[in-house]
Amino acid sequence: MNWVEIVSILAAAMAVSFGAIGPALGEGRAVAAAMDAIARQPEAAGTISRTLFVGLAMIETMAIYCLVIALLVLFANPFIH
Amino acid sequence: MRNLTVIESPLAARTLFTVGPVPITEPVVVTWGIMGVLTFAGWLAARSLRIRPSRYQALIELVVVSIEDQVQSTMRVSAPQAYVPMIGTLFLFILTANWSSLVPGIEPPTAHIETDAALGLIVFFAILYFGIRARGLGGYLSTFAEPSIVMIPLNVVETFTRTFSLVVRLFGNVMSGVFIIGIILSLAGLLVPIPLMALELLVGAIQAYIFTVLAMVFIGSAVSARGAAGS
Repeated sequence: MNWVEIVSILAAAMAVSFGAIGPALGEGRAVAAAMDAIARQPEAAGTISRTLFVGLAMIETMAIYCLVIALLVLFANPFIH
Repeated sequence: MRNLTVIESPLAARTLFTVGPVPITEPVVVTWGIMGVLTFAGWLAARSLRIRPSRYQALIELVVVSIEDQVQSTMRVSAPQAYVPMIGTLFLFILTANWSSLVPGIEPPTAHIETDAALGLIVFFAILYFGIRARGLGGYLSTFAEPSIVMIPLNVVETFTRTFSLVVRLFGNVMSGVFIIGIILSLAGLLVPIPLMALELLVGAIQAYIFTVLAMVFIGSAVSARGAAGS
């Protein structure tokens, strides 16, 4: 195993770990705000949770981008082959 | 640990057979299967249309009407009928593709970036086509100079990046689900990944919805006079 592969594995781990921080904070804020809204207006829970799911999926996409980068580095690294 | 070394690359597609010099991969076969199923379901419904609908016709009518309502409320254009066939087909295809993992042994074709790139190209050219059809070539090109002429490079780049992010979003979500279920299956064994598979059904439905909603927003912003919307 040469240096490029070692650095690639480290880079993949760092991409996922650091890339998960931002979306985690963002999803926490979104869920907290939705809980707040449902507590104030329980009758709007249906609309709020539907919008929340779509918003969470959009936020989670940021973490998924990092996962795609990590998998690219691991499986389709242009510097290894 | 024993199986981690044999996990296939999630970016490579397995070749099933070759027709002459053209290799036919698994996602292509599954895609044609889904197209066949959807076409057959549509043909079955349209074969005997009646004023008093049968149960099956009522179900299909419910699907079509709710898609029309969504298109109408999201795009806010004068003639949503022009967009319903394309948007509805996109949604139904992506939903069926994401849920095709319910059939044992079938991997969703949207878990491979080629399928998603094809869907993204359809949206990309649909934006160009509907934009030019609604406003003319000059009118469409002039939307790039909104809100000021300084924004032209940014707007041109945005046209490509938003389609690209559409592709990577769908690919990443579906592929990561398949990949994680594969890893858990190889580590923990049978029946353990079932909750994750249920979560993947939810993710698949939401991603199909998001893909079509964003496609509608992009087409709507190219058609209507309000200028380009973000994301």
